[in-house]
Amino acid sequence: MRLIKQSIDRDGSGSITLLPEEDEDMWFSYNLIRPTDLLRASAVRRVTTESATGSTSSTRVHINLLISVEKLDFDTQSAQLHVSGRIVEETKYTKVGQYHTLDLELNRNFTLQKKEGWDSVARELVREACDPVKSADVWAVVMQEGLAHLAVLTGHRTVLRQKVEMTVPKKRGTGKQGDHDKALEKFFQITMDTLLRQLDLTDNKPILLASPGFTAQAFLKYLLETATRTGNKALLAQKSNFVVAHSASGYLHSLNEVLQTPEVLARLKDTKYARETKLMNEFMDLLYKDDGKAAYGPREVEQAVEKGAVGRGGGVLLISDSLFRAQDVAVRRRWVGLVDRVRETEGGEVRVLSSTHESGKQLEGLGGIAAMLTFPLECLDEDEEEEGILPNGNINGAKT
Amino acid sequence: MSRHKLVKGLDLDEELNDFDGGVEDDYDDGVSAEDKEQLRQGLIRVREVIGENGDFTDKEIEDSLWHYYYDVDKTVNYLLSQKAGSQPKKSKKKKGDAVGTAAKDFFKDSPWLNIPKERCGEILIEPLYPRGRLLGGASKADGAPKSKLAALAAARKRKENLKPEDDQDAPSSVTLLDRLGAKPRARKPDPQFSSSSSDSQRTPAEQEKTTQARKYPARKSPSAEALPAEQLTEAPSNASEDLPSSGGDGELERTPAAAPSVFARTIFGPSAESHAPAHGSADSRMSKSLEYHTEFDFTVPSPDDVVIKAQSTKRPAQKPGKQPAPQANNDRSVNAIAHGVEEVAIEDVRVRRKNLDVLAEFGKLKAKNAANFVVIGHVDAGKSTLMGRLLYDLKVIDQRTLDRYRKEAERLGKGSFALAWVLDQGTEERNRGVTIDIAMNKFETETTSFTILDAPGHRDFIPNMIAGASQADFAVLVIDASTGNFESGLKGQTKEHALLVRSMGVQRIVVAVNKLDTVAWSQSRFDEITQQISAFLTTAGFQSKNLAFIPCAGLTGDNIVHKTTDPNASWYTGPPLISLLESSEPVARALEKPLRLTIDDIFRGGVQNPLSISGRLDAGTIQVGDTILVMPAKETATIKSIEVDSAPSDWAVAGQNLILHLSDIDPKYLKSGDVICPPSAPIPCLTSLTVKVLAFSHITPMHVEVLKGRLHAPGRVTKLLAELDKASGNVVKGKKPRLLKPGAVARVLLEMEEAVPLEQGGRVVLRAGGETVGAGLVE
Repeated sequence: MRLIKQSIDRDGSGSITLLPEEDEDMWFSYNLIRPTDLLRASAVRRVTTESATGSTSSTRVHINLLISVEKLDFDTQSAQLHVSGRIVEETKYTKVGQYHTLDLELNRNFTLQKKEGWDSVARELVREACDPVKSADVWAVVMQEGLAHLAVLTGHRTVLRQKVEMTVPKKRGTGKQGDHDKALEKFFQITMDTLLRQLDLTDNKPILLASPGFTAQAFLKYLLETATRTGNKALLAQKSNFVVAHSASGYLHSLNEVLQTPEVLARLKDTKYARETKLMNEFMDLLYKDDGKAAYGPREVEQAVEKGAVGRGGGVLLISDSLFRAQDVAVRRRWVGLVDRVRETEGGEVRVLSSTHESGKQLEGLGGIAAMLTFPLECLDEDEEEEGILPNGNINGAKT
Repeated sequence: MSRHKLVKGLDLDEELNDFDGGVEDDYDDGVSAEDKEQLRQGLIRVREVIGENGDFTDKEIEDSLWHYYYDVDKTVNYLLSQKAGSQPKKSKKKKGDAVGTAAKDFFKDSPWLNIPKERCGEILIEPLYPRGRLLGGASKADGAPKSKLAALAAARKRKENLKPEDDQDAPSSVTLLDRLGAKPRARKPDPQFSSSSSDSQRTPAEQEKTTQARKYPARKSPSAEALPAEQLTEAPSNASEDLPSSGGDGELERTPAAAPSVFARTIFGPSAESHAPAHGSADSRMSKSLEYHTEFDFTVPSPDDVVIKAQSTKRPAQKPGKQPAPQANNDRSVNAIAHGVEEVAIEDVRVRRKNLDVLAEFGKLKAKNAANFVVIGHVDAGKSTLMGRLLYDLKVIDQRTLDRYRKEAERLGKGSFALAWVLDQGTEERNRGVTIDIAMNKFETETTSFTILDAPGHRDFIPNMIAGASQADFAVLVIDASTGNFESGLKGQTKEHALLVRSMGVQRIVVAVNKLDTVAWSQSRFDEITQQISAFLTTAGFQSKNLAFIPCAGLTGDNIVHKTTDPNASWYTGPPLISLLESSEPVARALEKPLRLTIDDIFRGGVQNPLSISGRLDAGTIQVGDTILVMPAKETATIKSIEVDSAPSDWAVAGQNLILHLSDIDPKYLKSGDVICPPSAPIPCLTSLTVKVLAFSHITPMHVEVLKGRLHAPGRVTKLLAELDKASGNVVKGKKPRLLKPGAVARVLLEMEEAVPLEQGGRVVLRAGGETVGAGLVE
C-alpha cells in the first residue's frame, strides 16, 4: 500500500488517499474502512438514458464516486473488497442517495474520510499497511493420511486455499497392503496436483509440509520423485524451499504448532505470524501457570486495565483485529479506547493480532482479547454475561 | 420331408377312393370339421374290422388313419402288423404289393410309378410301436418316432379340445404380461418361466394372430421359435401324467399323445397344451427333466433341439435350490407362474432380508467367549513383538512365515523386528520399524476367542490408538523394563495410553513388564515397576483387583504362552500371560439397543463387493438385507452381506468385529468415523455439545480435536460452563472456571466445525497440539 496523500487534523478529521498494490492491501483496506466512512474511488457505472422518443440506451461510464459506506464484503479467496453505500455527491450521471457498490481495485487510488475521525488504531493500521518491508508469503500443506489443507500465510492472513479429503483404506491383514499403498499414492498425487495448481513455481517461497508421523516426508519424497520422473524442472528447483515439519494432525489449527518448530521459525523469523504465534504461546504458558497474571475475556481484561495491571513493566494487551471491525461504532470506540488507554496512559504494550492466523483464532477462542498482567489479580469479577460483546458475524463467521 | 413327395408316394387308387378333398396345398390348415368327421368314421370302420382282437387306443387308430389318409384297409393292416410284432419292413412291402396291385396295372406306364420303393415316402411306413415312455435320443432303440404329421394332427386335436380352457387363461395371461414387461430380465433364468412367458404372450389378440398365421406357413412367431426346447421338456411330462387315464374308448379329449413337434409349434405358435404350468415341486421338476428321455415319443429332435434340450435340462438340475417352491398340486393356475416370476425377479435385483430374530439366533449359538483386547504402551515397549510372539507360540503364525519375516527384516538391518512384522504389515511400518495403525489379529484358546488390537505407541498415532482402544474390552499395558526406558515411557505414552483406555471405559488391565531379560530378570526391578505403575493406575481409576502384573520377555517368549525356564526368573510363580488373558470375564453387550457401528475403514472388499466397511458393532444387531443409515451423510445403504471375523454370516450382534458389504450407496458418502445406524433410530448429528470432561492438561476455551473411535473432528471449546466436584459430580459453587487444571472435572461447551454423529453417553477424547487434553462424556 502506498500513501498518496494524507491530511489529518489534530482532531482526527481529514482524509487519506491510498494506493493498494497487492492482495494483502485489500485486507488492510477491509480493516480500515468502516461503515459511515466516506469513500471516494473510481467506479464503473451503467447509466441508462431515455431519449425523447422513449427508447432507452445504456452505457458504461467511468466516474469517481463518493459514497457513504454501509456494508463491506471481503472475499478471502480472491482478496476482493466490495464496499457498498449511498452516493453522497452528485455527478453528471448519478444523484445523491443512489446506491453503489464500489469494487476496490489494485493500483487505483481511493480516498477515505472518517466521519468519526481517525483514531489511533486506524492510523496505526495505515502506518503498518504502508510499511515497505514486505513479509514473505509462505505456503503450508498440513496433512495426515487422507486429509490435506493447503494454505498460504501472508503477513496478516492465513488463507486456506484448498482442502483435500480422501478415503485411504487402513492396513488389513497380509497381502492386502496394496490397497492402502495405492490409495495413499493417489492421495499424494491429488495433493500434489492441487498444490501445483495453487502454487506459482516461479516465485521463490518456502513451502511447509507438516504432518503427524511420516506422511509429510513421504509426500516430499513423492513430489521430488514425480518431478524427476516427469522432468518438472520448475518443481525440482523448489527443492530447497520445502520444509518438512511435525504437526499433531492434518487440520489447519495444527499450523500453530508447526510455526513453533525451530526449523520453521528459523526460516520465518520476524514475520508477523511468527511473532504473533510466539506471543500467544507466552500468554498460554502464563495462563497455565495460573498465578493470576493472565487475564482473558473482555470484562476481565477491561477490569485489569482499569486496575492498572496492564501497564509498564511487562503489561501486554493482546487484541484481535476483528474487534475493530465491529459494525457498531460504539463497540469499536470501546476497544479503541482500551487500546489508547493501555498504550498512552498505562504505558503497556498493545499487539493487534490478525484474526485469520491460527494464533488470532486461538485468541478469539478466549474472547478476542487477553492481557498479560504486571501483577496478579485474583478476584476478577466475571459474573456479568459476556454474550454479545464480540461483533456479530466476524468471529463466528470465520469459524463456521 | 416334402409334402409333394408324400403326394407322389400315394396310391392313386386310394386317393380316388378315399380322398375326396382333392390335393390341398394348404396342409397347414387346422383339423377341419371334415377331417374330424372322416377321422371319426374311419375310426368306427377300423374298429369294426379289427373287432375284438385289437386293443388299440383310439389315438393310435386315429394316428394311423391320419397317416394313411383315412385308408381303413391300410390302417388295419398296419395296426395288426404292429400288434403281431412282425417286422415292419416286411409288412410294409407286403402291404404295398397287396394294396397297390390294381393301381399298378392301371397306370403301368405312368412314370411316377417306376420310382424305386426306397425313394418313396418312407416315413409313412415306419412302424409305430405301442406308446412308450421314450423320447429323445433313446427313441432309436425303443421305437420308431411318429411322424411329424401325426404329432401335428394330435396337436390340432388337442387344441380344439382345449380352446375353452385356453380362453379362460387369457385374461390372467395379460396381467402376467404386464408383470413381465416390468421385469423383463426375469424371463431368462429358468425354462419354466420362459415357457410361461410364451404363455403370457398369448393374449386374445395374439391368438387371433396365430390362427391367421396358419395361412402363411413361412411365418414364424419369434417366441415360438426361441422356446421349443423348453416346451419340449415339459410337454411330454404333461402327457405322461395324463397317459394312465387315457386307455379307454372315447377318451379322445384327454388323449395326450405327443406334444406337437417343433415344426408344428413353429407353424401354429405355442399351443395351449404346450406350456406346462408351474406345478410340482422343484424336485418333481427335476425328475421330469430326467424323465424326459423316456417320454419323448414323437419325432426325432433335430441336432439343435438336442443341444438346446440338453442345456435346458441341465439348468434346473444344477441349481435346484434356487427354484421357488411352487404349488404342489397339478392345477394349471397361472398364478403359480406369476408368483414364480416375481420371486425370481426379486432375487435378481436385491438382497432378501431373512427377517431373522438375531437375538434368538445368537442365543442358540453356543460360541466361545469372545474378547477384544488392546495392547498399549510407550513406543518401542515391544507391543507388536510381544503379540507376534504370542501368535507364533500359539501356532497362529507358522515357522515358515516367521522365517521369511526374519530374512526380510535382516535385509533391512532390523532382525529383531521379525516378530513385530507379524502385526506390522504396512510397508511404511516395516521400513521404519514402528507401528502406525491398529493391527487386528485373531487367535483362539480353548475357552476364548481373542481379537488383538495392537496399538501404535508413537505419540503421533494416538488417534489410531484411540480407534483401537474404543473397540477393546480390556487392555494389555506393555512396559519396557530395561534401564532408562521405563522411566522415559512413564513420562511418555505409558500414562497417556493408560488414561485413555480408562476414559474409554476399559476396566481391566494386564500389565506385561516386558524385556525383563535385559535386566537379568531382576525381581527388584519388577517390583519397582509394579509399585509405580499400580500406584499410577489406581489413581487413574482402575480398581486394584482389575490389575495384573506379569514379568515377561516378548523377544524370547518367556512367560508368554509357556512359563519361563530362565533360572533367574524362578521367583515368579504365577501363570504365563495367556492364562491371564483367559481369565478375563465376558463383557455384557448392548444387544437390545439400536444399532450403532462406527466405521473403522472403507475399502474395496473384492470384485463382488466393491464397497465394504469394517468396524465393531457397538450396540444392537444387524442382519443381511437390513437398510442402514449412514450419519452424518444421512444416506441409506443396504447390507449385501456380513462377515464376522472374516467368516460369512447372516447376522451379527454387538461386540463383534464386522465387515459389511454394502450396496445402494455411493462411497463418497462414507468416511471413517461415520456411524451406521438404523433409519428408525438415527444417531443425532451435533454441532454443539455439552461434555463432562476430565482434564488431562490445561483446558481453556481453545481449539481441540474431538476423537471417538475413528471419528476425528476439529472443534472448539467455547465455554467452560462449570467445574464439577470429582467425587460427587456436583457443580462446585463459585465463579465460572477460567481455566481447567489437569485432573479437574468440568462441564464444557464444545462447538464443532462440522456436524458429528455423537449421542448422549458417548465417550470422547479431546486433543490439542498433539496432546490429549481431556476425556469426556457427552451429555
